[in-house]
Amino acid sequence: MLTLAIFVPLLVAAIVLAIPKRYEHYARPLAIGTSFVPLIVVVVAWARFDIGTAGFQLVETASWIPSLGVSYTVGVDGLSLALVALTALLFTVSIVFPIDDHGKPRAYFATFLFLEAISLGVFLSLDLILFFVFWDLSLVGMYFLIGIWGHGDAQRSALKFFLYTLLGSLALLLGILGIYLYTDPRTFNMIEIIATLPVPAGGVGAVLIFLGIGVGFAVKTPLVPFHTWLPPAHVDAPAPASTILAGVLLKMGTYGFIRISLQMMPETFQRFAFPLGVIAVVSILYGALVAMAQTNLKRLIAYTSVNHMGYVILGIAAAGALGIGSEASRSLAMTGAVVEMVAHGLITGALFLVSGSILARGETYELDQYGGLASRAPRLAGITMLAAFASLGLPGLAGFVAEFQIFAGTLGVYPWLAGIGLLGIVITAALFLRMIQQVFLGDLPVRWDGWRDLQKSELYALVPLAALVVVIGVAPAWLIRVVDSLSQVVTAGIIP
Amino acid sequence: MTAEMGRAAVDILPVLILVSGAIILIFYVMFVPRRLQASSAMGAVIVLGATGFATGWYLGDAPGMTFFGTFAADRTWLWGTLIIVVVTVLTVALSVEWFQTDSRQGEYYVLLLLSALGAVLLAGAVDLMEFILAMLLSSVTGFTLAAFHRKSRAATEAGMKYYLLGALANGAMAYGVALLFGLSGGTSFGDLRTGLIGADPTAVVVAFGMVTIGIAFKLGAVPVHQWMPDVAEGSPAPAAAFLLVAGKVGALIVLMRLATVLPETVVGWRPLVAVIAAVTMTLGNLAALWQDDVRRMLGWSSVSQTGYGLLAVVAVGRSDLAIPSMLFFLAAYALGNMAAFAVVVSLRGLTSRESYRGLGSTHPWLMGALVVTFLSFVGIPPLGGFAAKLLLMGAVIESGYAWLAILTVINSAISLFYYARVMGPAYFETGAERRPLMGRLTFWAVGVATVAVVAIGVVAQPLMEAWRALVLLAG
Repeated sequence: MLTLAIFVPLLVAAIVLAIPKRYEHYARPLAIGTSFVPLIVVVVAWARFDIGTAGFQLVETASWIPSLGVSYTVGVDGLSLALVALTALLFTVSIVFPIDDHGKPRAYFATFLFLEAISLGVFLSLDLILFFVFWDLSLVGMYFLIGIWGHGDAQRSALKFFLYTLLGSLALLLGILGIYLYTDPRTFNMIEIIATLPVPAGGVGAVLIFLGIGVGFAVKTPLVPFHTWLPPAHVDAPAPASTILAGVLLKMGTYGFIRISLQMMPETFQRFAFPLGVIAVVSILYGALVAMAQTNLKRLIAYTSVNHMGYVILGIAAAGALGIGSEASRSLAMTGAVVEMVAHGLITGALFLVSGSILARGETYELDQYGGLASRAPRLAGITMLAAFASLGLPGLAGFVAEFQIFAGTLGVYPWLAGIGLLGIVITAALFLRMIQQVFLGDLPVRWDGWRDLQKSELYALVPLAALVVVIGVAPAWLIRVVDSLSQVVTAGIIP
Repeated sequence: MTAEMGRAAVDILPVLILVSGAIILIFYVMFVPRRLQASSAMGAVIVLGATGFATGWYLGDAPGMTFFGTFAADRTWLWGTLIIVVVTVLTVALSVEWFQTDSRQGEYYVLLLLSALGAVLLAGAVDLMEFILAMLLSSVTGFTLAAFHRKSRAATEAGMKYYLLGALANGAMAYGVALLFGLSGGTSFGDLRTGLIGADPTAVVVAFGMVTIGIAFKLGAVPVHQWMPDVAEGSPAPAAAFLLVAGKVGALIVLMRLATVLPETVVGWRPLVAVIAAVTMTLGNLAALWQDDVRRMLGWSSVSQTGYGLLAVVAVGRSDLAIPSMLFFLAAYALGNMAAFAVVVSLRGLTSRESYRGLGSTHPWLMGALVVTFLSFVGIPPLGGFAAKLLLMGAVIESGYAWLAILTVINSAISLFYYARVMGPAYFETGAERRPLMGRLTFWAVGVATVAVVAIGVVAQPLMEAWRALVLLAG
């Protein structure tokens, strides 16, 4: 069943490309319809998911290259289920969101469906090679999406994105090879590797593998100082691509930290948990401070992503610090980190779509060109403010639930890091309030007199995101229960 | 003796078919009128088809050591031969339309067959005399193929440079072979294994170094790599594609055989090959970075690929992945280069980077094929190039040369830059007009080569199963 979520979009992507030119206006409805298939699969999977069972569920497997121990294996646990749900939702809203396809609707929607299949594949894969296949193809899809449909210096940004993340992913590949060479009999199967932990901790090999993998994920997440590809990629990408980049692709990095770094090498992770936590705090503060200095709306949101990914990594680092602090704290930090991934995907996804709406009307991202828009566009203002407040961690919204758990958990493990990290929240609060003030409050410049509020098609994309932000903020139990099933396994060191 | 001779002849049936086919084709070309010269392409395909068929037939039960201990008709050789045959058939397919108006085209196909024969012999050589014969056959025909457009300045210049460098490298090789013979007292690789122990280490190193220069020339490895970009840029594009890959197949296999017989206690060949690999891949990549000529860029990228391929030799004897990784490399990169050059041929030799701008919308199929090929070269899964790099890196890590794997990774990332310099403008810029194209046959060749590049990665299991337990006979 999970296989359908990957291969139906892939197949339809090929079909969309093959549509004759005079029927090309069918590309969009076809893509929208197809994007519901993974959503339905996720809903069914969520219903069938048993939170009482440790380990992977709904596993499907097929032979691929048995001579090398490579197989097609997919399945979910609490972590991947949450991320797959986020991915499916973000892709549907991004495809629904209206966009200038530069007269190439077939190529645009085919690329989007391709990227959807690939992204779901990353989170569903339970074989390291399969995982890496999807991982690398996500770069290819995003490269073309930014390069062809981006604006500004898109070609350069696309290349920078591709080069940086490719170097990261190749470091990851070396790490994967390293793990593989320790397995006996040789296998890339993630379930077996997590169960047997083949890499002996303490050796030089383990450290090198851990660092290779770590660099790969740090580039993707991104952690300071590997983040420099992110701002130009975000600024020049079309709005739906930014949403996917921030909401889905960045999560691949944090997902990898949990699934591979932590679950496959827990003892080595423990040795590096504190340095990782320090890097996370640096990312939190650096991301927030640099975001504060931005005058460009999209760059500002991009840097808050660096900041938010810092929270996620801080939570993961605390969770992986085996032996320090209570198990409950570590489990709390882990749940917080995963919920933050989902919350950040929804919130930042919405913010990037909104920035696309603003660009479509005002043709610039410069904050000082705007003002007083709330009077002309109450719906735009309302959704932006909701997302901004959620992002800065206002109680009652999704961001708060996640950040509270992260900091509450980390406090029991690394109290100092948690304390310093909290400063990040103060700074983001300041910068979002200033952003709202600059764009929506104050005097309306005369030339925006005819500013149109959000249209229906934009609302179709934005309202579901905003609604979920509120739902998770008010009643998060359904999500937390699923995620907790993973956190307890990981932090208690129980082998699934 | 005659019985043994007969047995040997049966063992090397694929070679015999190729030789006799080439000779028959020479006579055919000599007597057939000009207007029918084009039919010699069909003749070449028939010969290659028969060779390929015989090779495939033998795969089930490889003859092994034969021809009085001078030839290793093992499975590795059979697979190498198959790769060479496929490459040559694709070359013929690319040549038919390219040489349509050339009245001498018959000779071209004869040379192509003989050059393929040289590479095939090289892949099976386990005797120094046999080795020299194969090297020279492959080189001499190669020089002529490179300069086949005798009225084109670029082609004659490429041929000239190729020849001068080749003469030097082959001379060094001949001298090295003479030294090895003197030191070991025999010409078969088996004699080297035993005869070199106790020989003067300095002389062995010098001899091995000189032979390596000869092989490095065929491979396009440092320090005798310079011909590759020249040939890629100036020679007839189908011939360039062939020259860049066919010789590599034979040379890499023979280098591996030679490496297995050289006692490591006498010659530290492993670090030597590792250094050549490292320098070759890095230099090729750096030189390709700012090329504004697509064919020249492909030539340099082919140099860097040689560097990757040498990783298999570094790992031989230490990792089970050495031989499969070599064959994956040869198959994926040979076909990748054929596909890339097929696109160039299809665009009638279009070579300046500028002129590829916007072709993504006007020629979606050709550019799609080029993107697949380039991504395979970079090592993006699930394409053939990824499978090859994965195995090569696995092999060297297992052999204790993890730094080579790290260097490969860095070089792969660098290589993306110059491929993107063609890919990016092709897709991200608009306003191009449709270019005149070669005919249908070339277009199909693009398709076949591209599908093969994808298939090597996606359907890797049968290949892996076939190549996993291969042995390399070396006398």
